[in-house]
Amino acid sequence: MRLEYFEMIDAVVRLDRTAGTIEAVAKVPDASPVFEGHFPGHPLVPGVLLTETMAQASGYLILAHLGFERMPFLTGVDKARFRSFVGPSAVLTVTAKLEHDGSGYAVTKAAIRHEGKAICDAELRFRTMPFPEGLDAPMRERARTSGLLHLAGIGDGAPS
Amino acid sequence: MSDDPATGSATFQRVADIIAETADIERDKITPESHAIDDLGIDSLAFLDIAFAVDKAFGIKLPLERWTQEVNEGKVPAEQYFVLKNLCARIDALVAEKAAKV
Repeated sequence: MRLEYFEMIDAVVRLDRTAGTIEAVAKVPDASPVFEGHFPGHPLVPGVLLTETMAQASGYLILAHLGFERMPFLTGVDKARFRSFVGPSAVLTVTAKLEHDGSGYAVTKAAIRHEGKAICDAELRFRTMPFPEGLDAPMRERARTSGLLHLAGIGDGAPS
Repeated sequence: MSDDPATGSATFQRVADIIAETADIERDKITPESHAIDDLGIDSLAFLDIAFAVDKAFGIKLPLERWTQEVNEGKVPAEQYFVLKNLCARIDALVAEKAAKV
């Protein structure tokens, strides 16, 4: 994770386009300015950043499902539940499943686990649209470095 | 499906219930002649939530993007898709189309 840059996913480790599922890994950094405030002397990953982590895994899933033709943007978070605390250095397993591929929107169910323990889960909604100008290339590069392009079998997906 | 001019078709009843619950609109205000946007004040994001609920309830995929494009290009009036009785007719057609493919 690069918390301050909102890059939450380190690697995509599994992608099943038929089943509409994805599994990714996100390692919480050992230190971050985020922890200095949340909370002093008791660092915890904020729920909103866990939500963003689930959203990014879901976003990668939708990108792959749509063949990188359209960009997903988060529009809603339903039934979010934060079940356990998670702190610095934790290695998180992030999963998402595509619940519905609508016309111009998509819905996923996502979850995060740490050492087999449920951390959080939510239903997420996204609007999908053609890539805004200039966003296609950096998103593809991020998908490449995370391993997503390779797993999706799209273009030159060899991770660096 | 019953089609009572006073209360609307069975499809309308289901769609109206969905709209009432999803968009938090009083059920009594929703009629077959209601325009989803102009009369009921449903914005584009709320309409996506309604579309999801309709897609799930009827097992279809409302072609929202095509409809929106046709309206924006002036090919069809917005009423053709967004007045509820017309929307319900489109839903019935999509359901029948899906059934015919099975």
